[in-house]
Amino acid sequence: MSAVLAPVHAPGVVGRVNPVAKLGAAIVLSVALLLSIDWVSAGVALALELVLLPFAGLSLRQLALRTLPLWIAAPSAVVATMLYGRDDGGLLAQFWFVTVTEGSMSLAGAIGLRILAVGIPGIVLFATTDPTDLADGLAQVLHLPARFVLGGLAGLRLVGLFIDDWRQLALARRARGVADAGGPWGALKRFGGQGFALLVLSVRRGSKLATAMEAKGFGSDTPRTWARPSTWAGRDTVLVLVAVVVAAASVTAAVLAGTWEFVLA
Amino acid sequence: MPTAPTVPGARVTARGWGWRHAARHARAVSGLDLVLEPGERVLLLGASGAGKSTLLAGLAGVLGGDEEGDAEGELLVDGTEPARQRGRVGLVLQDPDSQVVLARVGDDVAFGCENLGVPRDETWRRVDAALAAVGLDLPRDHPTTQLSGGQKQRLALAGALALRPGLLLLDEPTANLDPEGVVEVRDAVARTAAATGTTLVVVEHRVSTWLPVVDRVVVLAAGGGVLADGPPGVVLDEQRDVLVDAGVWVPGAALALPARRVRLADDETPAVLLRAQGLAVGRRGTRGPAVAADVDAVVRAGRALVVTGDNGAGKSTLALTLAGLLAPAGGSLTADDALASGAGPAPVRWRSRQLLTRIGTVFQEPEHQFLAPTVRSELAVGPEALGLPAEEVAARVDGLLARLRLAHLAGANPFTLSGGEQRRLSVATVLATRPRVLVLDEPTFGQDARTWRELVALLGELLDEGSSIVAVSHDPDFVAALADDVLDLSAHATSVASRRGAPA
Repeated sequence: MSAVLAPVHAPGVVGRVNPVAKLGAAIVLSVALLLSIDWVSAGVALALELVLLPFAGLSLRQLALRTLPLWIAAPSAVVATMLYGRDDGGLLAQFWFVTVTEGSMSLAGAIGLRILAVGIPGIVLFATTDPTDLADGLAQVLHLPARFVLGGLAGLRLVGLFIDDWRQLALARRARGVADAGGPWGALKRFGGQGFALLVLSVRRGSKLATAMEAKGFGSDTPRTWARPSTWAGRDTVLVLVAVVVAAASVTAAVLAGTWEFVLA
Repeated sequence: MPTAPTVPGARVTARGWGWRHAARHARAVSGLDLVLEPGERVLLLGASGAGKSTLLAGLAGVLGGDEEGDAEGELLVDGTEPARQRGRVGLVLQDPDSQVVLARVGDDVAFGCENLGVPRDETWRRVDAALAAVGLDLPRDHPTTQLSGGQKQRLALAGALALRPGLLLLDEPTANLDPEGVVEVRDAVARTAAATGTTLVVVEHRVSTWLPVVDRVVVLAAGGGVLADGPPGVVLDEQRDVLVDAGVWVPGAALALPARRVRLADDETPAVLLRAQGLAVGRRGTRGPAVAADVDAVVRAGRALVVTGDNGAGKSTLALTLAGLLAPAGGSLTADDALASGAGPAPVRWRSRQLLTRIGTVFQEPEHQFLAPTVRSELAVGPEALGLPAEEVAARVDGLLARLRLAHLAGANPFTLSGGEQRRLSVATVLATRPRVLVLDEPTFGQDARTWRELVALLGELLDEGSSIVAVSHDPDFVAALADDVLDLSAHATSVASRRGAPA
């Protein structure tokens, strides 16, 4: 799998925080920020997050590399909303049927800030999380069923193999002489056929893996032990509380500023 | 070296045991009577389809319940059903990639211990001992994705050993490995079997690899039951012909190849079909990094170019690039007019259909290239894409079915074939469009001796007819039988050596 997907082993406090706490913190922030679309709540949350960022244990380079998708997504969403968003308030500019108004400008700002405010903590927290450690936490801290958690973890490992399989399948189709006929409809049909072939291969790989796991006693009735302890410590509570404080501050600021607009209302 | 402590070897008893997979008519195994004493080291042989893998799965207790198939007789380990005593039996399978469960080496070995409820401290002691026993000198947090095939198989072995099994089952553990990987794994098994006293059962075609390790050979009969059983020397001697017929690589048995062939004399210069100059290749073509660079090679009519080299040297990527499937990452690959016949000099720019008669590719995994629901329709895919008339398509398909012993499987789904049958089919699908150049990636991997012989004989015939072959291979016998030129891609060794006559 690509190096960008591999977890960073972060030094410092955040690297030692239980992945379940990171998951909790990310959920708290996302839910709070998705309840309203306004620029004050997103702006306050983003500002507080940027203050906390140095504690995340990522180097500037890692940070830049991993958050790159956000820096592309946020400006594109801003431009699109500015040009095509719901028009409201004074007209600022107009070409043909495209209009930019005060309303669409403010909506664009709110959406751009929000993508960053939700995306940055999510990416930063998960960049330093190893899937195995998350699985350990889900099973030992949250007591989710081991069979379900470990099955999912083993399946995740197969994803890298599926990417290679997909490329091989595409090359093989070209080699078999069936990769250029039929125009767009033919291409769509081939895509479907290749998807089905991948499905067949993945079921076969999955069943081999399941046999190997079963032979190692997975799924037996013996109570399982855990080689890697996953425990909830004070710092884990602190991280979740920090997220709650950031979320509360951003919501309060927006309500006081009068910009809060509850999306479900 | 810390070794695993002695575990009492398990006793295996089969009485009239048989197994039929659900939805199959014939039994995979039937009427088997066999006793293995604790500590015996057994090589299990038999023709493809004699039920070797089914027996191992039964002993490992992973055949599944009633919905998976039905059993007859009894099969016991230490007097108890295998599925009721997890951890007493360890299993290592053929495919290195499908056995790794977790992302870190130590965690993967610990996985079985966790499932068996072994206490944490004891688990890590066992992990370290097992890794040392198989000679994997790596930190516990080493990523499993970065292991070679031989290392992955040793990791699987360590995972089995950490269970402290009384019975260790190995199902073609070295079939997919290069020669160094084979020796690594074999030696690790030999060391641990000697140190622990576990009962050992190995299934493997390549007998000579395992003779130093085993003290008994059992040959399963294709129709059910045991054909021969005894000390290795005696069984191999008495059953030589039967074993050779069954595709077992019997040491000392001549490979009996038809003498190749119309070899070109030194002063003849066969037509150049493809020319690589300073070629660099990458897995994603021009995108992403190059895995091999500065390759100079020439592909000529009627000659075989075999590409060898270490794991990760970029052999497969080079083959796919020469085959016109991946764009060169640098340098040039040019097709001569003799091959291109009007399609242009860059094979990667040819249309998919234009490749069919020019360059055919046999992939390392046959399953990647299957497109149709039956063997017959699979063979027709290429000729139909060429737009050949129906009679011509049928004639070619029938010819190939007969030539590659696939006629009795014409209506079968390609995915249900055995490894050897899949390999023959994947070669046949490419031959159906009669390409001038044939590119094969590890065509003899995991093949039994019979399929191997047939394949080498067929490729020899194609060369004599003037086709050109590019093959990636680790197999020294294959190189000896077919190669005219050898291209070694090992680090710092990129060079072409002409093995015979004509200029490279």
